[in-house]
Amino acid sequence: MIDNLPFLVVAITILLGLYTILFRKDLIKMIMGISLLESGVNLFLIALGYRWDSIAPIFTGAPSLAMVMPTVQALTLTSIVIGVATLALLLSMVMVIYRYYRTTDVREVTKLQG
Amino acid sequence: MSDCMSKIIRTTADIMFMFIVVFGFYIVLHGHLTPGGGFQGGAVIATGFILLIVAHKLDDFLGWFKKKAFQNFEMSGLILFIGTALAAIPLGYLFFMNFLSGAGGLFGQVVPYGVNPGFLNTAGTIPIMNIAVGIEVLGGLSIIILYMTSGISNHEEGE
Amino acid sequence: MDILFDNLPGLLIAIPLLGAFLTPLLSRAGDSIRNAWVLIVTGLSSVCGLLVASQVLETGTIVYTFGVNTVSNIIPPDSGGIPIRIIFTIDPMNAFMLIIAAIVGFCITLFSVSSMERLSGKDGFFTLVLLLIAGVYGMIATGDLFNFFVFLEISSLAGAALVAYRIDKGVAAEAGLKYAALSTIGGMLFLVGVGLLFAQYNSLNMAVIADRMQLTGLDIIAFVLFFTALAMKCGAVPMHFWTPDSYAMAPSAITAFLVVSSQASLYALFRVCFTLYGGQINPLTVGWVIIILGILSMFIGVTMAIPQKDVKRLMAYHAVSQTGYMLLGVGVGLAALSSTCLSQSIGVMALKGGLFHIMNHAIYKGLLFLTAGVIMYRCGTRNLNQLGGLGHNMKWTMVFFMIGALAIAGIPPFNGFASKLMIYESTFLFNPLLAVIAMVVSILTLASFVKVFHSMFMGPKLPEYENVKEAPTPMLIAMGILAILVVLFGIFPQQVVDALVAPAASALIDYQGYISAVLGGA
Repeated sequence: MIDNLPFLVVAITILLGLYTILFRKDLIKMIMGISLLESGVNLFLIALGYRWDSIAPIFTGAPSLAMVMPTVQALTLTSIVIGVATLALLLSMVMVIYRYYRTTDVREVTKLQG
Repeated sequence: MSDCMSKIIRTTADIMFMFIVVFGFYIVLHGHLTPGGGFQGGAVIATGFILLIVAHKLDDFLGWFKKKAFQNFEMSGLILFIGTALAAIPLGYLFFMNFLSGAGGLFGQVVPYGVNPGFLNTAGTIPIMNIAVGIEVLGGLSIIILYMTSGISNHEEGE
Repeated sequence: MDILFDNLPGLLIAIPLLGAFLTPLLSRAGDSIRNAWVLIVTGLSSVCGLLVASQVLETGTIVYTFGVNTVSNIIPPDSGGIPIRIIFTIDPMNAFMLIIAAIVGFCITLFSVSSMERLSGKDGFFTLVLLLIAGVYGMIATGDLFNFFVFLEISSLAGAALVAYRIDKGVAAEAGLKYAALSTIGGMLFLVGVGLLFAQYNSLNMAVIADRMQLTGLDIIAFVLFFTALAMKCGAVPMHFWTPDSYAMAPSAITAFLVVSSQASLYALFRVCFTLYGGQINPLTVGWVIIILGILSMFIGVTMAIPQKDVKRLMAYHAVSQTGYMLLGVGVGLAALSSTCLSQSIGVMALKGGLFHIMNHAIYKGLLFLTAGVIMYRCGTRNLNQLGGLGHNMKWTMVFFMIGALAIAGIPPFNGFASKLMIYESTFLFNPLLAVIAMVVSILTLASFVKVFHSMFMGPKLPEYENVKEAPTPMLIAMGILAILVVLFGIFPQQVVDALVAPAASALIDYQGYISAVLGGA
């Protein structure tokens, strides 16, 4: 049970993110939802890489050579970097939209339809 | 954003800035030994610049650091990164080969195992790439915030 | 020279990346130097792509490992026989996609060098174009699931920024926001799938995972996630709503390449169905899911296209509709190959038709979007109600548009006909109803393009476009290359199919070959 606790948290985070994306009517809040989704996925990857009673792969602090392979940590790091770039891009676009439309309500940001 | 904060905040920010930058460079340089690395260190340094932007007037900040400088940081970091990766090809290896590792000389020492204080002169091209990424990220993140701030304060300017 | 040839797959992404990072530096030296630099870089990377493709078609699958000292060192000795490094796996299917990206990539750069002349912020624009090209090359060439995710995100971020590039009173930013948000959600779903596979098989390498695939419950969840994410990115119908917005608002040259980028996602979809889960999933079920998505895309795409007033939006809906043909062909291929009562040749034929349509679509759709770009460049509007009589002054553009329009409608002797015929023939034997729907959609496509052609080029000269000039030479050259290919592929379809499409189809079917190419027959 305790082993699966991280995955439960992951599921809750991802579902909260999806809920925010689908049901919030504000662009900034939708972006918060996307960010929440990203955090959920990152947490999922990190949780996958955890091994009980093992040694973290830090060369200066590891007492022996048997260390955990840090693949998922590398993946998470890459995904965080990509997440930062995406977030910056999305927020810049919302700023541009706000400058011209004076609103961030999705019901009013609808010049492209049909 | 155009108002500056109180004198206490400004002074604290000025002092903190130096420590943040030093800590950021520590993370960048120890990237191949400890958790951390170019991106994290660069992000820490960028928070130092962002602290200055928040504490002071934007115009004051632009008087100390030019946008061009951050662009140059970003660009030179990227070029250093891809250049290090590409340098392996003329040397007869494949793209991204760690050609400095174990060769002696700069960053060429073998990584010692066991608990140790950390030897910077190891790991081949990885520290170089960490430094490159660190420079790139500090430029990139700072310039994003800079553009966003100037977008808020001045609607005519911006990207 | 040998070193260069060994490193061609690495240079494929190294050249555009280096080019992208040096572009801001060189734009300080002046516009013409920057333009020349961008052209040289894309030209070199296209040559690289074509060379890699020809090498693959001659000698078989290339496996390129990053960060090793010799080419043959795919599997590190201390890893227990697992390729843990990042690899590029290029088999004839990847080579086929590389050729498409190489041709269209060069043409769009040539086009945008002259179409962007009057706009500001060009160094950022070209940096992003080169990043987009690098991302698409990476998506096509990579043999590693996580690496695919990274390149997917590179191409979608660069694509989203380019969609929003011409802010256009915030409307383009709206389209870009939609594209970026959708790509991010899709990318995250893909990453969850990658995590699920990594948790079970301890590898990110496609060949290794395909080799170890057990099809547990988690694998099926991962499959659904991959399928959703990639179908979203390629613009199949239930998830198509970003396509018309972003295709219409992006600069035209970029739209032409966004089509290629969607098709790289389509390629990944096929790779997941055929290779990653090769022989494990139920081909009939998945085949029918793909067929239904294809039919829906075809029909809804074309019906939405007919009432459009904006020429690029109309073409974007047609892109959705044409994606349906590819899905139909490959879906029928997947379903028929497993069927016991139909002969294998029907499945192979349908698969070839679907793949050939990918190439043809990239070329004629690129041509059509570039002609729309010329109209936009010269007349400043995309509204069909305001355009008219352009045929008097823009003869070449008219000819190119006509070639593209006839090709998309599937009229002989253009390339759209060749691939659609293959799809019709095989689909009819599989299920006649599907073939009938495909033909009806084709007729509707023709009707819609006749309307566009008439309202843009025919009729008397309008006073506001009295002195409209023909497109500048670089734009004409870019369109000319694509138009010549449309005609050539239409006249000699059999040769193209034999040389490029058939190896790609058989590489896609033969997942064992893919696995053994990476694992060395293990």
